[in-house]
Amino acid sequence: MKRATIDLWVGIFVTIGFAAIVFLALKVGNLATLETRPSYRLDASFDNIGGLKLRAPVKAAGVIVGRVESITLDPKTYEAVVSMRMDTGYQFSRDTIASILTSGLLGEVYIGLDAGGDTAMIADGGRLSKTQSAVVLEKLIGQFLFDKASSGQTTAPGAPK
Amino acid sequence: MTVATGLRRVGSGAIRAISRVGFATRFFGAVLLNTPAALRRLQLTAREVYFSGVLSLVVIMVSGLFVGMVLGLQGYDVLVKYGAGDSLGVFVGLSLVRELGPVVAGLLFASRAGSAITAEIGLMKTTEQLSAMEMMAVDPVARIVAPRFWGGVISMPLLAALFSVMGVFGAYLVGVRLIGVDNGTFWGNMQAGISFWPDVSNGIVKSIVFGIAVSLIAVFEGYDANPTAEGVSAATTRTVVGGSLAILALDFVLTVFMFRGLGNG
Repeated sequence: MKRATIDLWVGIFVTIGFAAIVFLALKVGNLATLETRPSYRLDASFDNIGGLKLRAPVKAAGVIVGRVESITLDPKTYEAVVSMRMDTGYQFSRDTIASILTSGLLGEVYIGLDAGGDTAMIADGGRLSKTQSAVVLEKLIGQFLFDKASSGQTTAPGAPK
Repeated sequence: MTVATGLRRVGSGAIRAISRVGFATRFFGAVLLNTPAALRRLQLTAREVYFSGVLSLVVIMVSGLFVGMVLGLQGYDVLVKYGAGDSLGVFVGLSLVRELGPVVAGLLFASRAGSAITAEIGLMKTTEQLSAMEMMAVDPVARIVAPRFWGGVISMPLLAALFSVMGVFGAYLVGVRLIGVDNGTFWGNMQAGISFWPDVSNGIVKSIVFGIAVSLIAVFEGYDANPTAEGVSAATTRTVVGGSLAILALDFVLTVFMFRGLGNG
């Protein structure tokens, strides 16, 4: 085998090998999406985040505008503090409501933002004060049964008033 | 009497195993010491990249394609039962990038390229080419072993990445073209569910570690082979068996370390 031929083949091999890594990074992983765009940080505390995970999407009107960056527990208030990395292209008013939602019954958990009417926009590192916690299905069922039981008792015929 | 014989056998086996481990470690050190020599004569290493990388391309790419197509079919069959057929892209991409790409490419690499390296070096030893080199004051580790080692280390991550890409392409063919998963959903879910850090990067780290392990085992077994026809064949077998087991064991250890922190998001 001639030296030039070997060099050519090795060159082709190394090039398509690196092309494969770039393909995995850009097309399969999402290296090029939010990380490279300018972004800012928003915090929000929730009583209960349910099944929220790192890198979960933050959506406004169903459009992904950011991702969850970190989740910690405030040791004083025992609230979950969620940091979100937001796309700079989307600014939100200061009275924006953040709620933890689930797409479908078994779908992914995400943060939904409902923009408010305030004209002042929230700054980098700002905190969303109005939040709505995750709906925990077990609690909801428990509450429903409890309500049903108590209302059934009051309307039952001959029940003591 | 028989107890003493049995114990003696255990003892000699243990001593042989320990001395092999020691020799392998010193050998690894010698290979690393001779790395500058191998890199200075880049042509030798390029030649080995050709033999262990370029010539493994066909088997790696075809296997990747078929593994991906099977993943597409099997994955869709299970996922659609839970109404999650749209997640096919994430399922296939994650399995390939995190596990199957590095591991299956590594196993194929051990049997395709590793065995060839062992047989070549073992035969050189049998025909006393290595001794002849030493007589001419040419260090066989620098001239023969180090280029083969680095050729393997360079080839392995590239082959694993190509395997993963072909697998994703195979799953795309089956999932989107054959079954009819929406094209946008397939790629969109894949990109949403897989990120470069840590999924793709961990897969690359794994393939580099496997490349080092398999290449080291291959050159060591060749260098350590008994200089007979039987010895070379036994060494080749040991390369494939030992290399495959090393890949699977290392894969478990690496996975424990890499995905430890991801459980609770």
